[in-house]
Amino acid sequence: MHIPDGYLSPTTCAVAYAAAAPFWYVALNRVKRLMQSRVVPLLAVVSAFCFVIMMFNLPIPGGTTAHAVGMGVAAIVLGPWAAILAISIALAIQALFFGDGGITAFGANCLNMAIVGSLVAYGTYHLISARAALDSPRRIVAAAIAGYLAINVAAFLAALEFGIQPILFTDATGAPLYAPYSLRVAIPAMMLAHLTIAGLAEAIVSGGIVAYLQRANPALLRMTAGFTVGPAAAPDTIAVAGGWRGTRPLWIGLGALMVISPLGLLAAGLAWGEWGPEDFANPETRAQIAQTSGNVAPPEHLPQGLEHLSSIWTAPMPDYAPAFMHDANFGYIMSAVIGAGLILLVFSGLSWLFSRGSAGRDHRVA
Amino acid sequence: MGEQSFVCGGHHGGSYLDRLAGGLLHAMDHALDADDLSRRDGFLQKLDPRIKVAGLLTLIVVAVIVKSLLVLGGLFLFAVALALPSHVKLSRLFKQVWLSVLAFTGMIAAPALFLVPGDVLAQLPVLHWTITLQGLRSAAFLLGRSETAATLALLLILCTPWPHVLKALRICRLPTVLVVILGMTHRYIFIFLHNASQMFEARRSRMIGPLSARDRRRMATASAGVLLGKALHMSTEVHLAMIARGYRGEVHLLDDFRTRPIDWLALAGFAAVAIAALWLQA
Repeated sequence: MHIPDGYLSPTTCAVAYAAAAPFWYVALNRVKRLMQSRVVPLLAVVSAFCFVIMMFNLPIPGGTTAHAVGMGVAAIVLGPWAAILAISIALAIQALFFGDGGITAFGANCLNMAIVGSLVAYGTYHLISARAALDSPRRIVAAAIAGYLAINVAAFLAALEFGIQPILFTDATGAPLYAPYSLRVAIPAMMLAHLTIAGLAEAIVSGGIVAYLQRANPALLRMTAGFTVGPAAAPDTIAVAGGWRGTRPLWIGLGALMVISPLGLLAAGLAWGEWGPEDFANPETRAQIAQTSGNVAPPEHLPQGLEHLSSIWTAPMPDYAPAFMHDANFGYIMSAVIGAGLILLVFSGLSWLFSRGSAGRDHRVA
Repeated sequence: MGEQSFVCGGHHGGSYLDRLAGGLLHAMDHALDADDLSRRDGFLQKLDPRIKVAGLLTLIVVAVIVKSLLVLGGLFLFAVALALPSHVKLSRLFKQVWLSVLAFTGMIAAPALFLVPGDVLAQLPVLHWTITLQGLRSAAFLLGRSETAATLALLLILCTPWPHVLKALRICRLPTVLVVILGMTHRYIFIFLHNASQMFEARRSRMIGPLSARDRRRMATASAGVLLGKALHMSTEVHLAMIARGYRGEVHLLDDFRTRPIDWLALAGFAAVAIAALWLQA
């Protein structure tokens, strides 16, 4: 995950520094305004903590070990802006003093892990934990998912950065000058390791630390919890604030996205890689596939694997168009409503399960 | 640290706690060694830190820019030549940089020999995999750049006390407040490493058998939680101590660096090497 020097071109490094700079500027100003004179010792100590956390190797199910980056924990305890600075500072010391991550690639490492990682972790944690009580198991699940998602998004960004190098930077003989693997190799290689081992480590550290803090030091979770009352009063707060008013902008945004979902129909041609078995037989779509694949012609016969697997499952609404719906635009909107409804149903079910578990435990305590 | 790093991990024997504590001790050893070496009477040690930071960082950037393997090799040899009069042993460079980079980047670069399409140079006898010229060149670029940049970065750290590196970073227009935070972070890293290794030592002294993987995970996350609580508590204490000493949010640093003719000569030398490298590869 820590990109060393030599993997990214100077141009990519410069773009990454330029992309990271506004976040650093805003983060420093926000944290200074909030913390005032506390900013120096707080950031120094938390950065040191993030650094040490990166050295804790955890046993992962399956027999291997991995270390976490700590972006989930930092974002959950401190909020995203302080986390951006704390992890950036930890990465700077790692790069300069310990040679873990490059000096020229420091901007890219910060962009991936400190900035995007912290923002994804914080957003996910807030979205899933909502306004659950500080001691709710939902917060542990939220923290674990936040850490898992954050490290995987960061790894995906790193893979993109690696994958564009051979496209953009080659020498006169065509040899890649920096990371040599295309997106087709870089993305699966990075994601395989992070979706399994590194992601698990981050999830265990984030969820495990939140579970520990719930037992031993819940006050540390309060800063970003979204309410200022004690843990015992929190469930009532959820009932009041978790209704229509609290989530109104989200519902309006979701509705707007559903209405504009037919925009996808404006795009001409086939979506690359989403070809069906019938597309290989049609000369027109074959020409489109070849055109969008660098003039590489698709195989003459339908690949056996595709033929076999495509017959296993038939979607109830193929191409986002229910069979009874003759208008494609309405079909898209209907599919968006049904899809969003199913997701909401699943999350409501999970939320009900978690709240039932939490209530049962409260009864036992009482 | 599981990735390319100056900290020689090696394979620690013993239990999970032994390995965890061993990793933390290696990081502390690296810091003590760097501090010790930076005070010796060598060529790089004698230079003004600002000149060193500017010169070596420029060479790192040039190593990333150049598109000629020969020039990259020349830069690598220049880095090795800088190490010798600075009392940095080649065995140390081998152990801390060359081997570590070879193990990490080498593993990443090796498949490029076969995966990058191009002119076929050779074929593996049994597997019939073809090695291409372009694959070989790209692997050499990746390894060469990583080795050169990491060697230069280690020279900077081994030959300059860390507070001087930070003060010198102000020539890159780094805000003073960040320089102070970086300096304090470095100090607290070792306090926390010490605390963490003591926690593991205390735990180890109370154990009579091996822990299951689940218990090890619980112990590591609980230790991290304890450390986080201590960190935030310590930040409050440090803040109060700073306030008691007159700190009001304004940070000032003493600039006590003085350049001498040898520093300007060295800067001219670094610049000449950088310009020559860029000119030769063009």
